[in-house]
Amino acid sequence: MTTTATPGGTAPRRVQVGLLLQRQGALIALVILVVFGMLRYGENFATGYNLSSFTGDTAKYGLVALGMTFVIMTGGIDLSVGSVVALGGVVAIMVSEHGLLPGLLAGIGAGAAVGVLNGFLITKLKLPPFISTLATLLAIRGLALTLADTRAAVAAPGGFQRLADWSLLGLPVAAWAMVLAFLVGAAVLNYTAWGRQVLAIGGNVDAAKLMGLPVARTTFSVYVLSGALAGCAGVFLGSQNGSVDTAAGQGWELTAIAAVVVGGTLLTGGVGSVLSTLVGVLLLQLIFNLIVFENGRGVINISSFWESVIRGAFLLVVVLLQVRLVRRRSATGRPA
Amino acid sequence: MTPDAVGRPVAEPATGSTAPAPRRSARQLQWTVWAQRYGALAALVVLFAYNAIATPYFLTPQSLLFVLLRQAAPIAIVAVGMAIVIGTAGIDLSVGSVMAIAGQVGATLVLHDHPFLLAIVAALLVSALCGLFNGTLVARFGVQPIIATLILFIAGRGIAQLITGGELQTLSHPEFQWIGLARPFGVPAQVIIAVLVAVAAWLVMKLTVYGRHVLAVGGNETASRLAGIPAARVKLLAYVTSGVLAGLVGLIAVSANSASDANNVGVNMELDAIAAVAVAGTPLTGGKVTIWGAVVGAVMLKLLQNTLISHGITKEIAQITVGAVIVLALWLQRHEA
Repeated sequence: MTTTATPGGTAPRRVQVGLLLQRQGALIALVILVVFGMLRYGENFATGYNLSSFTGDTAKYGLVALGMTFVIMTGGIDLSVGSVVALGGVVAIMVSEHGLLPGLLAGIGAGAAVGVLNGFLITKLKLPPFISTLATLLAIRGLALTLADTRAAVAAPGGFQRLADWSLLGLPVAAWAMVLAFLVGAAVLNYTAWGRQVLAIGGNVDAAKLMGLPVARTTFSVYVLSGALAGCAGVFLGSQNGSVDTAAGQGWELTAIAAVVVGGTLLTGGVGSVLSTLVGVLLLQLIFNLIVFENGRGVINISSFWESVIRGAFLLVVVLLQVRLVRRRSATGRPA
Repeated sequence: MTPDAVGRPVAEPATGSTAPAPRRSARQLQWTVWAQRYGALAALVVLFAYNAIATPYFLTPQSLLFVLLRQAAPIAIVAVGMAIVIGTAGIDLSVGSVMAIAGQVGATLVLHDHPFLLAIVAALLVSALCGLFNGTLVARFGVQPIIATLILFIAGRGIAQLITGGELQTLSHPEFQWIGLARPFGVPAQVIIAVLVAVAAWLVMKLTVYGRHVLAVGGNETASRLAGIPAARVKLLAYVTSGVLAGLVGLIAVSANSASDANNVGVNMELDAIAAVAVAGTPLTGGKVTIWGAVVGAVMLKLLQNTLISHGITKEIAQITVGAVIVLALWLQRHEA
């Protein structure tokens, strides 16, 4: 990146600081919070039970947010993921009577099936993503509740719930699944034709069409991916809790969108990074974790209601930083 | 623009080259225009007629006023505000949280023995501030409406819960609860309020400069700004309107329940309101506002749910049906967008 074209000398540095803040601001905040937590709460925070339960808990949100990242990069949105989480959990619990693996696959499959429906509505019937996934949000929650017979679906003790207990190097299966999914997602986005197509469609759908890219097929597959990942999150939710209650996954679509935005992916599509979404998810969850620890010290008592207020404030700060950056960039005429 | 086979200029994007093709697509267009304008109303009429015949006691004031319209009124009021915001090519996800905040503010003030009018005014002022917050982010800072209103959607419920520590407050204050419990002339107060709000909004959109400005800004913001329309102020006012109407409905909900519950007031209201606007044929891309459409959409969706439930179909299946109806409505309208 050269600085010769801009007069004034100081502006480029400011732009670079701003760029750093947008690109890595969430990461910087995450590192600061982790260091803060380790210094303040010591061993209990960074190791053992907390690490295991934190990552296991975060994994579900991470998987949903990963799918959402791809959808948003195409310029779309998937509001149905929260309901898909519930459906995936219910289906997995029902099928898990026949074994763990069928349960896992059925949960993911159910999610993918909803993704197929969303993809069909959006690419074949050409309905706007926002409102068609809003319709599936309503319908799929109804379906999940019907399947669960309007009560909480409860897993038989044993097999299925063991999925949540397995761990490797101190981290639960769900956490490994999340890490793996994000690494694969980042690789796919950056090194495959499909990943490039996703960004091209989000950048300019008409240009992508004129270039002969399979716009409809790629868009379709993005929604299937999002559904499958949300279904997978539902499987983990069901195995961790041993049940899926009627409110499971409610509002997760918006939490996922918030994580994507905090990570620095613009909602307009065309740009984005998979790993920054992971940072966004970890950051938003860590705030909650720190509040729990702070309360545990007993000095102050922050009610859990602050959690959502702090998350909202965080989102506000990130959004305002992005706005400032975009404005300055257009003022100096420099590309991103 | 080239003249077609018949010699008239092709106004619609009819691309067929043979003679029968454009004619057929023209008729199809007319049918879809009709479906878009009156689809929700037609569905409402059909549902109404069906219920009048098949559902016992449906045509009684008790059932019509105190079940159907009383349930639909809050959604209709929020949907009116949502329709205006959507008209500016925006969206307001925060309405449910604003409802919770307004309800908590109003109930808390009344319970602390402040005059009920002060409580109502304060609650509406706080809602207006919420709308101002949304509008400032959208109009002054250029934040995308989904994200801008998502902030208050997330934070707002926490704020409402913090006002009372998340505890349920039971109310018993007839004057304050007038808007939720009273029945002047035998009609539930919230139904009267909904009608007044809808008429006022309709008049504003139809007769005032502001109404024209909303359409212009939603249709093409850059063009409207170049034409000298204060686009930022127009959008700001739209979000403030939506906030105040949501706050009003929050007060209605709290009054009707005789309890203020920050955890549950207004949950999913944004979805119901957006669905009501969309089902009545208003494109979410902006530039079009049909106040009556939003009201008809709200009543129609509620009647659809109630019809299914009263025929022994579970609430969950009813929800699936509502989702399917929204998709169907969008599909019928898709040519128009």
